[in-house]
Amino acid sequence: MSEPASLPLVESLLGAPLPPSGIAWLDAARQESREAFAASGLPDTRVEAWKYTALRALGQRHFVSGDGEALSRAVDASAFALPGVDGPRLVFVNGVFRADLSRLDALPVGLTLQPWSQALRADAEPLRFALSRQYRERGDAFARVNAASACDGVSLRVAAQARIDSPVQLVFVGAAAGVDLAWHVRNLIALGEGAELTLIEQHVAVGEQAHLASVVSDIDLGEGARLHHTVLQAAAVGASLIRRSQLRLHARAHATLHLLELGASLARHDLHAELVGDDARLDTRGLFMPHGRQHIDTQLAIRHQALNTISSATWRGVASDRGRGVFRGAIMVAPGADGSDASLSNKNLLLSPSAEIDTKPELEIHADEVKAAHGATVGQLDERALFYLRSRGIPLGEARALLTAAFCRAVLDDLPNELLREHLSTLLLAHLPHT
Amino acid sequence: MLKIENLHARVAGKEILKGLSLTVNAGEVHAIMGPNGAGKSTLGNVLSGRDGYEVTAGTVTYNGIDLLALEPEARAAAGVFLAFQYPVEIPGVNNTYFLRAAANAQRKARGEKELDSMQFLKLVREKLKVMQISDELLHRAVNEGFSGGEKKRNEIFQMAVLEPQLAILDETDSGLDIDALKQVAQGVNMLRSPERAFLMITHYQRLLDYVVPDFVHVLADGRIVESGDKSLALKLEEHGYRGIGESQPTGAHA
Repeated sequence: MSEPASLPLVESLLGAPLPPSGIAWLDAARQESREAFAASGLPDTRVEAWKYTALRALGQRHFVSGDGEALSRAVDASAFALPGVDGPRLVFVNGVFRADLSRLDALPVGLTLQPWSQALRADAEPLRFALSRQYRERGDAFARVNAASACDGVSLRVAAQARIDSPVQLVFVGAAAGVDLAWHVRNLIALGEGAELTLIEQHVAVGEQAHLASVVSDIDLGEGARLHHTVLQAAAVGASLIRRSQLRLHARAHATLHLLELGASLARHDLHAELVGDDARLDTRGLFMPHGRQHIDTQLAIRHQALNTISSATWRGVASDRGRGVFRGAIMVAPGADGSDASLSNKNLLLSPSAEIDTKPELEIHADEVKAAHGATVGQLDERALFYLRSRGIPLGEARALLTAAFCRAVLDDLPNELLREHLSTLLLAHLPHT
Repeated sequence: MLKIENLHARVAGKEILKGLSLTVNAGEVHAIMGPNGAGKSTLGNVLSGRDGYEVTAGTVTYNGIDLLALEPEARAAAGVFLAFQYPVEIPGVNNTYFLRAAANAQRKARGEKELDSMQFLKLVREKLKVMQISDELLHRAVNEGFSGGEKKRNEIFQMAVLEPQLAILDETDSGLDIDALKQVAQGVNMLRSPERAFLMITHYQRLLDYVVPDFVHVLADGRIVESGDKSLALKLEEHGYRGIGESQPTGAHA
């Protein structure tokens, strides 16, 4: 292991004061998390989950903790406006809640949405279970840093049987600040029994910056709950964004996730899901597109822990220039999770000789009557298809873009919001290298 | 329109075309027949610019320009169209979108105004009617899940929309039942015009029952060994390709 305290990054994270919350159990949990981080330091590439993502360069950098001027940073609403999305909205700038950019008036019946710093001030007790559970599941180094340092984030609850029609937008803005900031956010999202929600999570940039951000989300789906969750990660090209999403699905709960990983210099997302109730179902569709010198790493870990649970994962990677993509899809079917059905597919395209994608599907089955399929490929565009398009008059560059876009489209095909789907497709096209 | 002289071409280091010469004028329909391995498909691929086909000698002049110097897309824009023997499936690319991208890329290359979606739709509707193709085909991904007949009809439909000057049909008749063959032939006949020339590469004579050629050439061992009118095709049907290669190669003319 590296000498934890010797790295500038670790020093700057440990050196920042912990703002007291005035709530004893919370402050204690934070302190505990910080100590755990101090003891472990940063993982190196000998740790399996970090094998392809080296933190050496990041470890040498200094960051200023928190943004004292976040409330006055100029952020235009066009930075996160999305067609087909016009509902409640919660916006954080450099980790700080911005009421002026948020839209929390006239919330639909059954929806509770606020920054948890506010919820905590009003009544800390209802958050205790969620927060302490998150703190207990400390996870890796960044989850510990987050647990220690995050002072705010989303608190979202949907009451049992409530169906929220308008999509709820969660926006995390990284804004230029003249210095490199480290900021942290943790989100608590819970859907009650039979509740329904469409969630749009956005990571966007205002101005050039090289911040380090960590976002931890805890998402709990009650029995029969239905969640549509779309994530658009378009952080600044210089930023490092470390995310961890922990999903728990109870009986008959169904979550569909669409994730587009487009931004950041270093993007890492750990998506851990537990199917704890019978007939729970999780579908993930994701696309990562590292270009330039971007490094985008997705770690999917799905645990089937109950009868007849279903998971499907369709992931695409497209790497160009010196871009590097990492995908690990680990599916575990626990003893007793009989009748489960798990499928995972990760197809990748390399558009330049210096691009790289490392993909690793892992399947571990300890139950009976399980259906499981997984596959991963890394390849180039189909020469036959390229020639076919060119023979019809489509120039090489355009033909490549057309085929690449088609390759990516599988990820968005079943996104129900048509306007949003069109917008994201256009965004992908714009993101493709036009050579 | 097209003048091929002493064309030699190699595929994977092996010489396939060994001095092929052929002249095609506007308005003419030429059938290129020959046994398997004679170089029929190589000819189509060389003319359309596919990678992996190395021209070692000879020239191809198309409307006065050196066709072989052009990229495949530039050949298409110049009016050369290849109907593929094996049309490629392209999942995720909508047929209409593809066709419009192709039509507009060609127009752009020629310095013409691009078609907006309304104009393009109108063009497509006209051609659909002529080709008797259901518009359901348009909404699907290019050739994905198409039957053999649908794929070939889609090739002819693309040809109708793109309106080439020189159409090369590479074994468009292979794998078709008689009804599909008739439909394809009808499409080709509709497109015959004094400005347009066809090069039909085929193994069998039966397509020529429905698309009557002006000239028939026999390609054997990389060269045209015999040329004639449609009666040559009938002769081949009767006697097969055996014996043809033994006659003196004749420089094809038209």
